[in-house]
Amino acid sequence: MKKSVTALATGILGAAIMLTGCSSKEETASPQAEGTATAAAAAESEGLKAATESYKKYVIEQTDLFVQATEAFVDAVKAGDVEKARELYAPSRMYYERIEPIAESFGDLDPNIDAREGDVDESEWRGYHRLEKALWVQKSVEGQDKYADQLLSDSQQLRALVETVEVSPDMLVTGAVGLLNEVSSSKVVGEEERYSHTDLYDFAANVEGAEKIFELLRPELEKKDASLASDIERKFADLKADLAQYKEGDGYKIYTELKPDQTKKLSQLIDALAEPLSQMGTVLGA
Amino acid sequence: MGNGNRKDGDPKRQGTLLSRREVLKMGAAGGLGLLLGSMVGGSVIAGKGLAASLTKGFDSRPTGDNQESVPFYGKVQAGIVTPAQNFLIFASFDLVTERIEDVRKLFQDWTDAAARLTEGKPVGEESDNAFLPPKDTGEAAGLLPARTTVTFGVGPSVFDGRFGLKSKRPPTFADLPPFPGESLQPEWCGGDIGVQVCSNDMQVAFHAIRNLIRIARGKAVLKWMQEGFQRSGAADPKAGTPRNLLGFKDGTGNPDVNDPDLMNRYVWVQKADGPSWMENGTYMVVRKIRMRIEVWDRSSLQDQEATFGRHRASGAPLGRQDEFDSLEEALEQKNADGTYVIPVQSHVRLSHGDGSVKILRRSYSYSSGIEPRSGQLDAGLFFICFQRDIASQFVPLQDRLARQDKLNEYIVHIGSAVFACFPGVSRGGYIGEGLWS
Repeated sequence: MKKSVTALATGILGAAIMLTGCSSKEETASPQAEGTATAAAAAESEGLKAATESYKKYVIEQTDLFVQATEAFVDAVKAGDVEKARELYAPSRMYYERIEPIAESFGDLDPNIDAREGDVDESEWRGYHRLEKALWVQKSVEGQDKYADQLLSDSQQLRALVETVEVSPDMLVTGAVGLLNEVSSSKVVGEEERYSHTDLYDFAANVEGAEKIFELLRPELEKKDASLASDIERKFADLKADLAQYKEGDGYKIYTELKPDQTKKLSQLIDALAEPLSQMGTVLGA
Repeated sequence: MGNGNRKDGDPKRQGTLLSRREVLKMGAAGGLGLLLGSMVGGSVIAGKGLAASLTKGFDSRPTGDNQESVPFYGKVQAGIVTPAQNFLIFASFDLVTERIEDVRKLFQDWTDAAARLTEGKPVGEESDNAFLPPKDTGEAAGLLPARTTVTFGVGPSVFDGRFGLKSKRPPTFADLPPFPGESLQPEWCGGDIGVQVCSNDMQVAFHAIRNLIRIARGKAVLKWMQEGFQRSGAADPKAGTPRNLLGFKDGTGNPDVNDPDLMNRYVWVQKADGPSWMENGTYMVVRKIRMRIEVWDRSSLQDQEATFGRHRASGAPLGRQDEFDSLEEALEQKNADGTYVIPVQSHVRLSHGDGSVKILRRSYSYSSGIEPRSGQLDAGLFFICFQRDIASQFVPLQDRLARQDKLNEYIVHIGSAVFACFPGVSRGGYIGEGLWS
């Protein structure tokens, strides 16, 4: 999750709306100018509209799967089945990690689901990472029922809320880079899953989420800058090839098994991809 | 970064001492002109310039001239409201002695050394005995004072009972509470003593801290040390507000160091505040803040500006034209849809709060190679601020920022320390006399 733990939904969505005025870089930032630019950007492209609609479908689909997977995970926790819960933990989280930028836009919901220890006050700490600590540190789920129940209801609330999201093209562009930033900021240094060390699952899911956005924007991007599109495609391929060597069965190796030069390589491949990916804003420009 | 320090009108602070020049005269009269002639950014190029610099008022530029020295002795310590020099070396020490008389001797020796160092003199007169190691380590021989300052403070840990000082601890002076999202590394935290060396020359700064470390041997050991930089006076002759490594002007909202009322209100400990040994001192907060440079670099300009709440190019509040346009007014301005032009989670809005609490920032950038696990730059802001009371100034401000600041996506606090910086000292006295005696 992002470090700004009390992200206000209105703030982020409001900013997204304001930021759709991206084509007005040269103008001074008067409220009127931004309003006009928002309207202009909204009407800009049927292609972008189609991309945002498809993306919303993807978000809803992933959230559906997230609720299902969370339910199975929570059931295992409540049944006291530590082994089963540990098995389900990382794969369940991948649905969330794929749509993280959207999931993060609902105020306290993101910290409630995804806060790490220390991100919020101890009394408020709950969600996946609280259960992660129980499963890997205490190695017991005794007394965790409350957190399990809350996690399921939080995920259901997320499902209800994604229905209301208005996806703008700008959110797609910043969201794709945002997903890779999540990797850079917490997964690459092994800080996301500090007890289970399942960071590579989140890592892969963030990358998949970013690639989905790229695929949706690709037709528009190719109209504006075909070489940028093929550059991004190559960089995704490089990264995925490197990541593939750490696959183990249906999942991934634990992060602590990777040597420093291996994590460094992954990190640098992320940076190599994120840089051209951040140029996708060109589809929004005039 | 801390630079509201635009002017320093105190006539007592005019440059006067050129002791290394005297050294030079003895050995290399010819070399002197060359040395001065090669100085970058100094207004002094020839003899005429030198005379002029001795008679003109204090240079209002943040960096000033290298031949100037900043007086060590005074009512308050130098290096606090002094315009920020080009470079910083900050050292945190732990005391290894448990005898207060050793600490007293250390501060007496440090006071003497610091006074000489800031005048551009070696830390001690050399003896004729070639069988002894030199008193001064020598790497600053022949170099100008370069406006070096040395500022001393003590951490809360000196009041833990080792030295019988428990009763002298200022009531609200304590380690900072934990803040959400921070990722503090013990090797960058705390310390019994903090020493801030600032200078317009890195070699002069290194020489100063090295000799202070040497003097402390057997009494205090280094706990951590960080170098810092900002744009130099030479590179910024107009002396604009410096930019941090995220490319934004940093320090625009600092209180004016030339306004004694403001400084007494926000920075200097007043008699009524107590304890008496801290009157005219100030409390310093140090935070080592790593920047996620690679992540920031791929954020759109709009995202960057929405994060700070200012325009990158001009430094103006969002929706305004000029860096110094009223922030209060800009904070009220709304878009057509009712949202604020300066977002609610922007750094400038949260830092400003209701405007009633201010701190004096005096930060430097740092760059320490690469982070080995990620191959990314290990760089950021070595944040330093001064205030009259940490608990009521820095703590509520940082608590607000830690919880809500959009900038937290791009930074992480990895080091932290607080120091009670002593009042100034007059000739014959020594730093911290009121505490140690």
